[in-house]
Amino acid sequence: MSAPSPTILNLPDQSTAQLPRRNFINAEHGLLSWLFTSDHKRIAILYLISITFFFFIGGAFAGLIRLELLTPQPDLVSSDTYNKFFTMHGIIMIFLFLVPSVPATLGNFLIPMMIGARDLAFPKINLLSWYLYVIGGTLTLTALVLGGVDTGWTFTAPLSTHYLNTHVITTASAIFVAGFSSIFTGLNFIVTIHRMRCPGMTWFRMPLFVWAHYAASILMVLGTPVVAIALVLVILERLVGIGVFDPTKGGDPLLFQHLFWFYSHPAVYIMILPGMGVISEVVSTFSRKRIFGYTAVAFSSVAIALFGFFVWEHHMFIMGVSNYSALIFSLLTMLVAVPSAIKIFNWCFTLQQGSITFETPMLYAFGFMGLFTIGGLTGVFLGSLGMDIQLTETYFIVAHFHFVMVGGMLMAFLAGVHFWWPKMTGRMYPESLSKLAAVVTFIGFILTFMPQFVLGYLGMPRRYHAYPPEFQVLNVLSTAGATILGIGYLMPMIYLAWSLKYGAIAGDNPWQATGLEWQTQSPPLTENFIEIPIMDHEAYDYDWLEHKTADEVTHVG
Amino acid sequence: MGISPVLWQFLVKWLNASALFPREASTIAPYMDSLYFFLIAITLVGVFLVAALLVTFSIRYRKAVHPVATQVEGSTLLEATWTIIPLGLFLICFVWGALLYFRIYTPPANSSNIYIVGKQWMWKAEHPGGQHEINALHVPVGQPIQLTLISQDVFHSFSIPEFRIKREVIPGRYSTVWFEATTPGQYHLFCTQYCGTDHSAMIGTITALSPADYKKWTEQSTSGMSLAQNGERIFASMGCNACHTGNAAARGPNLAGVYGSRLRLTNGSDVLVNEAYLRDAILNPSQHVTSGYTPIMPTYQGQISEDGLIDLVEYLKNLISNDRVQQTLTTSQSGQAAPQASGVVKP
Repeated sequence: MSAPSPTILNLPDQSTAQLPRRNFINAEHGLLSWLFTSDHKRIAILYLISITFFFFIGGAFAGLIRLELLTPQPDLVSSDTYNKFFTMHGIIMIFLFLVPSVPATLGNFLIPMMIGARDLAFPKINLLSWYLYVIGGTLTLTALVLGGVDTGWTFTAPLSTHYLNTHVITTASAIFVAGFSSIFTGLNFIVTIHRMRCPGMTWFRMPLFVWAHYAASILMVLGTPVVAIALVLVILERLVGIGVFDPTKGGDPLLFQHLFWFYSHPAVYIMILPGMGVISEVVSTFSRKRIFGYTAVAFSSVAIALFGFFVWEHHMFIMGVSNYSALIFSLLTMLVAVPSAIKIFNWCFTLQQGSITFETPMLYAFGFMGLFTIGGLTGVFLGSLGMDIQLTETYFIVAHFHFVMVGGMLMAFLAGVHFWWPKMTGRMYPESLSKLAAVVTFIGFILTFMPQFVLGYLGMPRRYHAYPPEFQVLNVLSTAGATILGIGYLMPMIYLAWSLKYGAIAGDNPWQATGLEWQTQSPPLTENFIEIPIMDHEAYDYDWLEHKTADEVTHVG
Repeated sequence: MGISPVLWQFLVKWLNASALFPREASTIAPYMDSLYFFLIAITLVGVFLVAALLVTFSIRYRKAVHPVATQVEGSTLLEATWTIIPLGLFLICFVWGALLYFRIYTPPANSSNIYIVGKQWMWKAEHPGGQHEINALHVPVGQPIQLTLISQDVFHSFSIPEFRIKREVIPGRYSTVWFEATTPGQYHLFCTQYCGTDHSAMIGTITALSPADYKKWTEQSTSGMSLAQNGERIFASMGCNACHTGNAAARGPNLAGVYGSRLRLTNGSDVLVNEAYLRDAILNPSQHVTSGYTPIMPTYQGQISEDGLIDLVEYLKNLISNDRVQQTLTTSQSGQAAPQASGVVKP
């Protein structure tokens, strides 16, 4: 054998290869066949299109915000408009992009395939959840078109209940409805993972992607109803003045924040856990090794989900909560940081003794590990009670959660989209262009959000339309970074669309990955597998894959 | 701090000049900054460790030099290592942060109090001596100052980055924070909690003055009426003195010296009478009936502004004897009687 090639990419001979004659994309034709489908893969594609649409709307608002902050004076738009910009950016990015991003697209597409099932447990509820998402999205756009909303994505009472006359009710209903979409997705995943695993697929043979989604689903099902209740109370307070949050009627405005953060902190883990699942798959595949400490990684997902429910008060340390309850929540916050550290180190040690190649998904995964480490450790700053006093409600918070959500989750999402793109479409994306996009995204990201940590410690408050002139240099750096970041996100959009028609034919298993989803044609059949597979090996068993490939060669030969 | 003061000074100066850190202008600031540097050190170690692992393994085990992976299941020892070491570090951060938190939110006994009222979109400062300021606050250096904060409408947050303090300003509830300024100068005051249209215009200037300058300032800018004097007026004009006369047979409890005492309520609970209790008892009297009295006091919700409540609270805090209460009462009763007397000479 000659020297090993620098890639594991294994494509069929392009002169003879063609897409499978029958697959889920060409199984039926016409718009209605998509809108009334109950195929989890088609629903995943519907989700992918809709969340990409909302991602670019939310991104446009981010661009406008950064443009306004180029100068200290409030000169581009009025204060009310600026407030609507960051509110819309937050609401769209969190509820309409980040929460559904990996679970509803990749999770939807892959979980049944990974556990060897033909579909999710409740295909029609799956479709319903997409429709609920679309209704939620449409209501949000309606509020936007009618004149916007300026509550901030946190809807803080009594500002949202008594002091604003924008479209709070429309937006709150939008999130209420979108929340049910998330609950149904979570419910579907839990039942599917419990009931529909193929023969031999024990809990500890499941890919870590499935474990991560299981943990995230528990959070979705148990957490989302609470934010739904909080928003209904805001609506009732506005409509009939029930007074739950109104101190003059004996209500407590802090109660709103307790209810809101009881969901919205676990929501962070709803967003990040599925991303961590993607990273596990990618790191294993491109280092040709079983994930180091499989059980530790699996249980750390569950630990994050459990602890994640008991840290919400760390959003309220300066809000006059009892000093002693703050102590307990700070301690629990420190505990929830540990499972994330465990995961990071396990991924690092998966590389050890591996045979590593550096395709685009792996570059995004490396980006994830670096940025998520910074995001996670800056979270420790905020969990540390005294430090939180200086840092909370400043740009430090903004930088911290963008490191976790954008540096972490969005990197993971892009890693996953590139990794499974050949499976979903049957075609490869252009490799060198996508590597460039990964690097551009990384550089743009660091430049955008690093200066914001410094701004935060200097005391620049978040959600400020105007700021003291001495903060300008750092803000200009941040805006410059955001421009680069914008390019980094537009590139995949363009070349992925291009690849749909012109990309190389991928074949069944271009990455030589071990998951069951790779052991079938790309794009898959509507029923996923011709016959239900039998899981006769552990997850990430590369020896099994090698023998299987060798067997096939002998049989065909 | 374990490092030499000269080096510390140098570091602080250099960092200030390059504007990566705010000035240290309160006694808390050095404590906050040392925790900050510790946390940055942990972050750098963590990031370099992860980066070093990624880079080293990527180079040593890339496919070109290591074409066949060796399968390794895991290692309990390593798992324990990277569970326990981060946990230990995080626990240090927890303890250190908690100590700092209690320091910032526990005012020393000798601190003097200033009231802050937040409203969309301005800050009002009320000094007990009767100085009123808007979007400004003058404080002496070298003297612990406690702020008692309340919002008239939505959540605000009172932040002075150079002092490293911040406290949420909550509608319907007093919150407190304290600081001791060390360097005379002017500092930023920000509202850091999003509060509507002009959130970013809800800013002000903190002026720290030397004790002599501060004394001069207080004398020049007093309105002539202390908060307690204003409070006494309200106490009489709202008719509080009709019941709270201080007599044994009065319908309301005696309020002289009540501040700082412990009260037994009719519902059986014991409460400490502080600013928050006084304010609540005026607004929601039926929830705070002193044992032995009947719940006849009407609510004053919506009848007194937050500034008025501060005046009343400040008055009650300083009320030592009931002499003047009874005096005012007599005057006002004789005042009511006066028209009858003059009725005789009505044309």
